[in-house]
Amino acid sequence: MSGASAVAAPLKPAQEILRQRGQREVFCGLTGIVWLHRKIQDAFFLVVGSRTCAHLIQSAAGVMIFAEPRFATAIIDERDLAGLADMNDELDREVQKLLARRPDIRTLFLVGSCPSEVIKLDLSRAAERLSAQFMPNVQVLNYSGSGIETTFTQGEDACLATLVEQMPHAGDKESLLVVGALADIVEDQFRDLFNGMGIDTVEFLPARKARELPAVGNKTRYLLAQPFLTETAMALDKRGAVRLKAPFPLGEQGTTAWLQAAADEWKVPQKTFDAVTGPGRNRARKGLVEYQEQLEGKKIFFFPDSQLEIPLARFLATELGMTLTEVGTPYLHREHLAEELAALPDGVQLSEGQDVDLQIDRCWEAEPDVVVCGLGLANPFEAQGMTTKWSIELLFTPVHGYEQAADCAELFARPLRRRQALAF
Amino acid sequence: MKLTLWTYEGPPHVGAMRVATAMKDVHYVLHAPQGDTYADLLFTMIERRDERPPVTYTTFQARDLGADTAQLFQDAVQNAYERFKPKAMIVGASCTAELIQDDPGGLSEALNLPIPVIPLELPSYQRKENWGAAETFYYITKGLAAEPASTDVENLRPSCNLLGPTALGFRHRDDVHELTTLMHLLGVDVNVVAPWEATPDDVRRIPEADFNVVMYPEIADTTARWLKRTFNQPFTETVPIGVGATRRFIEEVATLTGIDPSAALAAGASRLPWYSRSIDSTYLTGKRVFIFGDASHVIAAARIAKEEMAFNVVGIGTYSREFARDVRALAREWDIEALITDDYLEVEEAVQALQPELVLGTQMERHIAKRLGIGCAVISAPVHVQDHPAAYSPQMGFEGANTIFDTWVHPLMMGLEEHLLGMFSEDFEFHNDARPSHLGGGARKAADEPAVVAEMADAVDGVSWTSDAEKTLSRIPFFVRGKARRNTETFAREKGIATITTETLYDAKAHFGR
Repeated sequence: MSGASAVAAPLKPAQEILRQRGQREVFCGLTGIVWLHRKIQDAFFLVVGSRTCAHLIQSAAGVMIFAEPRFATAIIDERDLAGLADMNDELDREVQKLLARRPDIRTLFLVGSCPSEVIKLDLSRAAERLSAQFMPNVQVLNYSGSGIETTFTQGEDACLATLVEQMPHAGDKESLLVVGALADIVEDQFRDLFNGMGIDTVEFLPARKARELPAVGNKTRYLLAQPFLTETAMALDKRGAVRLKAPFPLGEQGTTAWLQAAADEWKVPQKTFDAVTGPGRNRARKGLVEYQEQLEGKKIFFFPDSQLEIPLARFLATELGMTLTEVGTPYLHREHLAEELAALPDGVQLSEGQDVDLQIDRCWEAEPDVVVCGLGLANPFEAQGMTTKWSIELLFTPVHGYEQAADCAELFARPLRRRQALAF
Repeated sequence: MKLTLWTYEGPPHVGAMRVATAMKDVHYVLHAPQGDTYADLLFTMIERRDERPPVTYTTFQARDLGADTAQLFQDAVQNAYERFKPKAMIVGASCTAELIQDDPGGLSEALNLPIPVIPLELPSYQRKENWGAAETFYYITKGLAAEPASTDVENLRPSCNLLGPTALGFRHRDDVHELTTLMHLLGVDVNVVAPWEATPDDVRRIPEADFNVVMYPEIADTTARWLKRTFNQPFTETVPIGVGATRRFIEEVATLTGIDPSAALAAGASRLPWYSRSIDSTYLTGKRVFIFGDASHVIAAARIAKEEMAFNVVGIGTYSREFARDVRALAREWDIEALITDDYLEVEEAVQALQPELVLGTQMERHIAKRLGIGCAVISAPVHVQDHPAAYSPQMGFEGANTIFDTWVHPLMMGLEEHLLGMFSEDFEFHNDARPSHLGGGARKAADEPAVVAEMADAVDGVSWTSDAEKTLSRIPFFVRGKARRNTETFAREKGIATITTETLYDAKAHFGR
């Protein structure tokens, strides 16, 4: 990657993006399995990789939180690499064993890893071959969660992009598709809101069952619920679906603008929209008041992690009055984030990618009140007197929508309150 | 290729990280793809370390593969040297970097840094974490240890090194403290503790000691053997976990140094022997115990279980293939099965089949036991954040024995509670399926058994139960119910009985005794 960068049109002059190349303190895309395997209830995720991959997922999952997880790793060993064993035969055998053990599985994802990509093991062919063998009971799909190709949440993107190819044709049927894994309760809330506006066909990707995917076609309009879905959006566009431009549904304003995008497309009368969203908006605004007191004027610094950084920063700045210092993101999709970037206050330092050591230096210089960072950095920062919010929690907690706006604010306020409450 | 749900050990470079993170003034540059930095959180979260591990990752991505990953590696080494100013560096590759064959050793040598740079060869597709830690410690020691200066005659006190404690170990922090105290009591100086908080200069001084204490053979055995060959330093073979082992260890040190051990033996009285003899512990007699973990901790735990707690050890096993022989030997001696595997599912099957009343294992076994409703205490890595307690909780020495007694007894039903449950099994709140009251009470959750477990339950070779017999079985407290079912079915098969009645149940009870 080149050093300093040219900046394209839609950004304000202050939004120069800092790009550096060095150590990236981020997860790889395999990590997404930790939530995807709970979200998609009929699916099993089989990583084809090394012991490191297996160790990563179990460590990221907080070690052993699930008695019988719906994920596993087929660990490549020296016999495979030396060509003593045919890797495809080996994989077929392990898949057979797995499916015999778990007859409840209807979709199997073969998930590519760094080693499987480097040795060019063709998992798409393996998936085709195994699908032919196990259909109709089990469909076998594949995507890559490798660290050389994906950063953290991009694993979900790759997984969903694969699912898009499996979605049935919708024909002329109109529908609204909400894209990106959300907590079940958030899905229910959004569905109720859309239905209240008279948008009847509302579907979600990923669906709770990978074998019961919603249909897609030229009359499908979709809203991204997560900012990291580049490939998925491209796959949907290819299927004829049209993205509704909107900021992301974080905070009261973000959620309203996001809902409005669908309402406009469906020509929902403003009165109806206000009536349907009013109670939620009021509750969200009311819930945020106490956090405005706690967070207003506090400086926050984001290390890159999930790509949620920019929408979160917008929410914290515009609705809670926080001061943004640097907002780092692993990858910045200008088009999907256009509305978010436009809403950011002036003078924010955006950065894409990372040289973690240099970024830590900048963080100390910025003297933030709260640092949002990964688990490898948080305790060392705390030990040096910095207050941190560990970022993976932002993906494991329902934060989208009206009813969760205050919960989202609470995640940032709690570390500050805790530091104040402790007597030492 | 091997299907793995959970792993007992990480890859070998995580072992190298455990050594580097334990040491001072050492930096590790790891050629690794983006994402491998996850390993940092093992140290900062599970062990709650307040510093980042001293590791720099190259974190290459797909687009770098077409370009110059070797240059990337050299830049990372150069930058890490300038930023962290270590006194020694280790360099190596993780599993993916091993495939692209950039030769970290040669590349870093070409930089001519003014400090020792020690290359590691850790084959990721063959070996695992503990082996990686052992090799790293060995390479570092071999790379740094210096011929001792002329023998120091004035110093009359014997001295030793404590070898093997690393970051992310099972109670290594507290074991170091306990053994240091014990050595002082014996009149032996501790020359160097390594890797734990050792600097490269400390490692250089290792050969100055009279002997080495191998605290954790999985990590220190290779190094201790090399030190013996090279500097004629003897090493201890007893791992001092448990009262008996600690006494044997003290005697071993006495033999090596010629000092009188009686003061240390007398002063170091553990409470375990008396607690174990006190009548409150009678109910522990013959409790069926299954033990799994790394080889050293399993062997130590098995001896304590049998000789110091009077448990009935029904099975032992280890994931440390390198030390499987020792575990097999002990199992043969006691005429039980040794399970040598790193497959979590096989361990689960063994626990299911043996129906122990207590499992002593790792975090994995804790999970298996929880699901099967069996008590469990953790005795070995892999560890969870809970296994790094705030309180001083060594495993080694006499204080370690005290900790072990408390930890192992905790998950068990207390004596009187067990009797009352047996007598009044249908009490609505103090019933069969109640959990030990000191563990929060409430009902035990029915284990959500996976397919494999269900299959095993069905496989009773045509033996069936009458409903009366099932009802009687259900009145037997849960912690012995599994054993009763298994014994009765075995008895029925042996006697050719197709239908188990209440009579059969009691006949089997009489046949097997308690």
